[in-house]
Amino acid sequence: MTDRTYQGLDPLQAAERVAASINVRKRKETRFLWLGKTAVSIALGFLVLLFAGILSKGIPGLFQYYVTLDVQLDSRQLDPSDQMTVESLAGGDFDGVIRTSLYEALGNPEGRKAKREARRLISSGSSQRLMTYVLDNPEQLGSMVSMQFAVDDDVDTFLRGLISRETPEADRRISNQVIDYIDALEDQGRISYEISDYLFFGSASRDAEMAGIRGALVGSILTLLVCIVIAFPLGVATAVYLEEMAPKNRLTEIIEININNLAAVPSVVFGIMGLAIFIVVFGMPRSIPLVGGIVLALMTLPTIIISSRAAIRAVPPSIRDAALGVGASKMQTIVHHVLPLAMPGMLTGTIIGMAQALGETAPLLMIGMVAFIVDVPAGVTDPGTVLPVQIFMWADFAERMFVQKTSAAIIVLLAFLISMNAAAILLRKKLERRW
Amino acid sequence: METIVSDSMVQNTNQLEGRAVPEKTLGDIQVDNPRMTARNVNVFYGEKKAIDNISLDIGVSQVISFIGPSGCGKSTFLRCLNRMNDTIDICKVDGEIKIDHQNIYDSAIDVVSLRARVGMVFQKPNPFPKSIFDNIAYGPRIHGLAASKVELDQIVESSLQRAGLWEEVKDRLDQPGTGLSGGQQQRLCIARAIAVSPEVILMDEPCSALDPIATAKVEELIHELREQYTIVIVTHSMQQAARVSDRTAYFHLGKLVEVGDTKQVFTNPKHELTQDYITGRFG
Repeated sequence: MTDRTYQGLDPLQAAERVAASINVRKRKETRFLWLGKTAVSIALGFLVLLFAGILSKGIPGLFQYYVTLDVQLDSRQLDPSDQMTVESLAGGDFDGVIRTSLYEALGNPEGRKAKREARRLISSGSSQRLMTYVLDNPEQLGSMVSMQFAVDDDVDTFLRGLISRETPEADRRISNQVIDYIDALEDQGRISYEISDYLFFGSASRDAEMAGIRGALVGSILTLLVCIVIAFPLGVATAVYLEEMAPKNRLTEIIEININNLAAVPSVVFGIMGLAIFIVVFGMPRSIPLVGGIVLALMTLPTIIISSRAAIRAVPPSIRDAALGVGASKMQTIVHHVLPLAMPGMLTGTIIGMAQALGETAPLLMIGMVAFIVDVPAGVTDPGTVLPVQIFMWADFAERMFVQKTSAAIIVLLAFLISMNAAAILLRKKLERRW
Repeated sequence: METIVSDSMVQNTNQLEGRAVPEKTLGDIQVDNPRMTARNVNVFYGEKKAIDNISLDIGVSQVISFIGPSGCGKSTFLRCLNRMNDTIDICKVDGEIKIDHQNIYDSAIDVVSLRARVGMVFQKPNPFPKSIFDNIAYGPRIHGLAASKVELDQIVESSLQRAGLWEEVKDRLDQPGTGLSGGQQQRLCIARAIAVSPEVILMDEPCSALDPIATAKVEELIHELREQYTIVIVTHSMQQAARVSDRTAYFHLGKLVEVGDTKQVFTNPKHELTQDYITGRFG
C-alpha cells in the first residue's frame, strides 16, 4: 500500500504463480479424496464384519432341534374329570404321556437311572405344548398323534456339535447314556432341525430351548407406541411455538439452551427420573410399557424438537410472506404452509429419536422393565420387557444355547429397526411428492 | 476522461453522505380522492430510525411508484401499508395510516382483513408449492369468498385471466405453480393477490428478478389493473416508474423528499437530490 510505484503483477508472472498453486491444490484434492475413500471403506469393512458376525451367530439361533414322538392321547390320563377346560386339563398327566412315548421310542429302558437320563432329552416345556395342542384339537383325544417336541438345550448344544464326545463324561453337561439315546433317536430319524417356533412365539424362560422374544417384541411395540404418541405431538408443538410464536427474549433463550442440554443428558438419568417421579411419586406400577414409553418420550423429545426446529427454519420465509400477504392468519400460515413443508424434516428427526428409543436399555432397567415376565403384555399397563433388555438378560445367562438366541434376538431387533425406518422413509417420500 | 469519472464518483459519495435532506416533503402529498392516507409515519428497527416522519396520500385507482437509492426506506414504508412489518419483532411503527378513513393500526381492525384489502406482490416470485389452481384458490378459500365450487372455479379463472396467465396455464391448473417460468410465477402471484379482490395492491420490486420480456408483460398487466385497483409499486428502475405510474415519490435516507405527478418529477424535479437520482448521478 505504501509503495506507490507498485503496479500489480505482470500477467505472465501471475499465470506462472497460478499454475504453481494449481498443482498444490490438485495434490490436496487428491489427498483428501483418498482420505475420504479410506474412511468410507474402513467404515464399510466394520459394517460388513458386524453383520457377518451377527448373521453367522444369529441365523443358527433362528433354528433349533426337535424330536418327533408318537403320543397316545389317552383321555383318562389327560382329562380325568372329562370337562375339556384349562382347569380340568391341569389335573391331567401330560408329562406321563410324553414319558411313555419317549420310553417306547428308546426301546423301554429299564431302571430308574436309565429312565431319568431319558427324561433329560426333552424340554420341560413339552407338557405345556401338548396341553395346548389338546385344548385346540379336542377331537384328537383318544387317538395317536405324531408331535414334535423341543430337545433340551444341552442336547441341542450337543447336536450342534458344540459339545464333543471326546470330552470326559465328568466334564460334559450330558452323560454317555444320553448320547446313546440321541444316537438311537437319530437312527430312527426322529431328530429334526427346524425354524424355532419357541423363539418367535415363546416368552421369557429360564430354559434356553423354550426362551422366545414374543413378549419382548410386543413390549417394544407398545413402549414405542406410547413414546411416539407422546413425543411427536409434544415435540412438534414445542418446535412450532419456539420457532414461530415465542418472543425472542431471555426466557425463551434459557428454554432453548436447556432443550439442547437435555439432548446430551445420559439416558440412564431419564430412567432415574422416571423411577422417582412416575413410580415413586405418582405410584404407577413398575415394569409397564406405559412408564417405559413416557420415559423414552422424554428422552427423545429434545431430538425431535431440535430437528423439527431446523426443519421449520428451513422453510423459506418467502412462503410465510406469501401466505400472510393474501391474509392468512399466523395459525393458518403455520398449519397450511410451514408444517407441510417442514414435515419430512420433522419425520426424519422423529425416526432418529424412535430408533434411539428402540435400542435403549439403561432407562428401562431403572423402571423395572428388566423383570422376568413370562406373559406377553396385552396392553400398556401389563408388565413387560423390551427387545434390547431381553437381549441384555439373555447375554447374561450361562447356557450355551442362549448365545444363539441372543444373536437371533439381535437380528429381530435390527429387522424391526430397518422396517421401521423403511416405513418412515416411504412416508416421507410420499409427503415430499405432494409438492 | 479517466480523471473526470473518478472525480465525479468521489463527489457522488460525498453528495450522498452529507447532503441536506429537506425537512418538509416537496410537492403535493395530498390527492383529491385518497384510498390510503399516511400521516407523520415513523418506523424504528430497534434504535435505528428507518422512516422519518413521512406523510403521503395514495389515490383511488392510481399507480404510485416509490423510487430511491437502496436503504432509503421505500420498501419499509410499503410494508407498513399492509402491516407486513408486524412480522419483524424489533420493528415499531408510529404515526397514522388510514385506509378509507379507518386507522389500520387501530385495535378494531384485524390484520387479516386488512391484508385481504391490501394485497401484496413480493420481489421474488413466491408461489406456494402447490398446484396453480390451489395457489389462486388459497386466498378465497381462507376468507370464505366462494360459496360453491363453481364460484371458486370462476374466481380462479377470472383472476388468471386478469393476470394474463389464463391462456398459458388453463390446461395444467393441477400442476405445481413452482414449475412455471419466473415471469409466469410473478404473474401467478399477482393473480393470487387479485383473487381476494383487494382494494390496493402493493408491489415490492416485482420485476427485479425477471428478464426484460417478462418485465414488459408485468408492466402491461399493471397498466390494465390500474382501472380497478390502487397500485403502489417500489422499483429501482426509473424507466419503469416513468412508464407505469401516475405519481412518483422519491425517498432518501428514510425521508420522503419529493412527490408529484410522474411527468413533473421526471421532467422538472423540484429538489436537486431527485434530479441527481433520476439523471443517474448516484444511487
